[in-house]
Amino acid sequence: MIAFIVRRMVQAVVVMLVVALLAFMMFRYVGDPINQMVGIDTSPAAREALRQRLGLDDPMPLQFARFVANAARGDFGVSYQFKQPVADLLAARLPATLELSIASALFALLVGIPMGVYTGLNRHAPLAKLFLAVSLVGISLPTFLIGILFIFVFAVHLRWLPSFGRGEVVDLGFWTTGLLTVSGLKALILPAITLGLFQMTLIMRLVRAEMLEVMRADFIRFCRARGLTARAIHFGHALKNTLVPVITVTGLQLGSVIAFAIITETVFQWPGMGLLFLQAVQNVDIPIMAAYLMLIAALFVAINLVVDLLYVVVDPRIRLAGRAT
Amino acid sequence: MRGLAATIVLVGLGGAAWASDDTTFRYAFQGELSGLDPYTLNETFSLGTLANVYEGLIRRGPDMEIIPGLAESWEVVDDTTWRFHLRRGVTFHNGNPFTADDVLFSAERVVSEGSDLGARIPPGAQFVKLDDYTVEVRLATPNPILHSEWDAWAIMDKEWAEENGGVAVTSASAETPNYAALHANGTGPFKVVSHEVGVKTVFEANEDWWNWGDRSFNIDRVEFTPIASDATRVAALLSGELDMAYPIPVQDIPRVSANPGTEVLTGPELRTIFLGFDQDRDELLYSDVKGTNPFKDVRVRKAVYLAINEDAIAAKIMRNLATPSALMISPSLYARSGEFERLPYDPEQAKALLAEAGYPDGFSVGMDCPNDRYVNDEQICQAVVAMLAGIGIDVELNAQPKAKFFGKVLASGGYDTSFYLLGWTAGSLDSHHVIFNLNTCRNADGTEGGAFNLGNYCNPEVDALGAKILVENDPVMRDQMIFDAFTIIHDEVSHVPLHQQGLAWGKAAGVALVQRPDNKLLFDYVKK
Repeated sequence: MIAFIVRRMVQAVVVMLVVALLAFMMFRYVGDPINQMVGIDTSPAAREALRQRLGLDDPMPLQFARFVANAARGDFGVSYQFKQPVADLLAARLPATLELSIASALFALLVGIPMGVYTGLNRHAPLAKLFLAVSLVGISLPTFLIGILFIFVFAVHLRWLPSFGRGEVVDLGFWTTGLLTVSGLKALILPAITLGLFQMTLIMRLVRAEMLEVMRADFIRFCRARGLTARAIHFGHALKNTLVPVITVTGLQLGSVIAFAIITETVFQWPGMGLLFLQAVQNVDIPIMAAYLMLIAALFVAINLVVDLLYVVVDPRIRLAGRAT
Repeated sequence: MRGLAATIVLVGLGGAAWASDDTTFRYAFQGELSGLDPYTLNETFSLGTLANVYEGLIRRGPDMEIIPGLAESWEVVDDTTWRFHLRRGVTFHNGNPFTADDVLFSAERVVSEGSDLGARIPPGAQFVKLDDYTVEVRLATPNPILHSEWDAWAIMDKEWAEENGGVAVTSASAETPNYAALHANGTGPFKVVSHEVGVKTVFEANEDWWNWGDRSFNIDRVEFTPIASDATRVAALLSGELDMAYPIPVQDIPRVSANPGTEVLTGPELRTIFLGFDQDRDELLYSDVKGTNPFKDVRVRKAVYLAINEDAIAAKIMRNLATPSALMISPSLYARSGEFERLPYDPEQAKALLAEAGYPDGFSVGMDCPNDRYVNDEQICQAVVAMLAGIGIDVELNAQPKAKFFGKVLASGGYDTSFYLLGWTAGSLDSHHVIFNLNTCRNADGTEGGAFNLGNYCNPEVDALGAKILVENDPVMRDQMIFDAFTIIHDEVSHVPLHQQGLAWGKAAGVALVQRPDNKLLFDYVKK
């Protein structure tokens, strides 16, 4: 087991290095950061001086080595546009992104599972067909369009919910939360639904397919023969047996929800890491881009590691195979 | 914990509905306020926002006229000596008195390493303190426009900067974060209450402001949020969450105007949008013409000018939110601009000129264009492509985000362009800025001469006039020299000026504010 973890950790470091290298090669095509850091009529001489101070005229391998050496010490440099340490900026934005991601995952589960159960049990009911049709919309419409649609309906026309931002936040010292204020909770609704819609559709369809499968199983027939109530059969036995894949998928999707919150955050001006990243791309703020990409890579590596470890715990066959090699 | 207490109060108010209290002014801009250090970035939004907190020796009024700021009055003692009399009884937000020492300190800081505003003070100028409230500026050469940009040169508190380690200008290359990047201490009508980097900045009226008694605003709190997405920014204005949002995309202007409760304030901006040609290389980088550079021929440049239907661009692409321009400077910045006229749209004459120059079948050329910098920049370029196709010039358009575009066409990219679209605002609000930066001969890497004369249009006569204009103190003589220089560059088609793009600010109907052509929002003219 320990050998397995160590082996995976070594792999993780390699993955991170590759991501960093790819990111660095990409940055050369984003544009010249100096132009975003000075006014238009700043003289070429002053621009070159700034380039030198930032070490941007050093050869790429040297810049990369410097970045890796600093990153290993937890130092991701200073943002070009904000002139603040990148680690501080990301830490300030992390709570917003995590709250949004978790809220949208909860929304996807709490709405997706009941809808999946219902459509699985009542395949031919008109409501089930409506759910399926709506879920198609969730899958096929791009996130930014859904977000803008929501804004126009719920913010501009009905004026129930705010169109941007995070509302009033409470600073707990280590964490800023929007969950403790009314305006913060209101501000969370639209972005969370927008971000969670795709996952909700996915979960609903997954649960539906699993329910259809499970309802045909022998043990359900025996339950019926035993005279259990429909409610006990559906939720006590059938649903329980569909949940293993649902939990796996949700866990894996949480990573992509955090990573792909970029679009939702931009549409709703949600002050999370995704928004910071997108604006960094526009401004060629290389330190922010690099740190964000590393963070997301680390997140995926960690999630995959946890999933792998869980498999080892759950499935004896993997454990045996691991021991054999 | 301070935040917790504040929030509990807000929850107590019942959900803190937006735009409910009448003395808070909420606005959004498309970009972020990147920091609070007023010397870090020479850019309109940053300078304009900080001008509400920090003040310069002069101010500019609603019509851009120069009015006294922290200097109550000034006089030109002789050709190279200016004397500024400072306002008495002014205090910084931390209570420190404003004196000549602060001016001297700011003059030193603004030209130090890392400052993007070094050009505010001409090389060789010396600041001398005569007494606590009198400062003399001794110049190396006469300079009639010495103070013209000083409304955007913030005076900082010497003691405050020294106490908090803010003497050096905030720079991305610094090892430790600078205090002045996150804190502000000016003399202006508003104080910064909080600044969440890239998220939200809150200002509060400064009741100790020297002009408080004569103030023309009635708001006591300002909340700024950057909203990058155009659709969201417009929606937030329409929904009443904001009192003001800018810019409004031209295609959304009718919607904002039609919506009860909101309106759009439009006006000409100072920035001039123009086309430029590579007139430097002996062979264009991107063209099928080999061995010679067609743009070195004034007839070809003139043909391009004549082929552009600027009225159509202004009407269709800019939806009339543009003022066609004959000059490379806004008419509001040069008194005699009315004496110049755009060349008429005349594709037939353009074709004849091309044939005369030896290109009866036209030629091909690559064009560089930004797609996220100016109002509808890419669409303008596409229209130019179509119009030039009409006279046989086959333009291959390369429209890119500004970060890539500027990296290619400016000095750092080796002026890698044959034909381009660019916008320019005379930073000093004076014609010399345009004549020097855009029309003066430069060396290969742009370190001497007009660094932003991308195509290196070069006429020694213009250079000579530019040098004289810089030091001429007599306004009539000076305007005549500017007139002569503009006449030459107009006749030689150094560039093709297109238009001054328009400003479009969206605001709630109940809000009164002043829209200056420099696109700066001044809180001290906001009434709600």
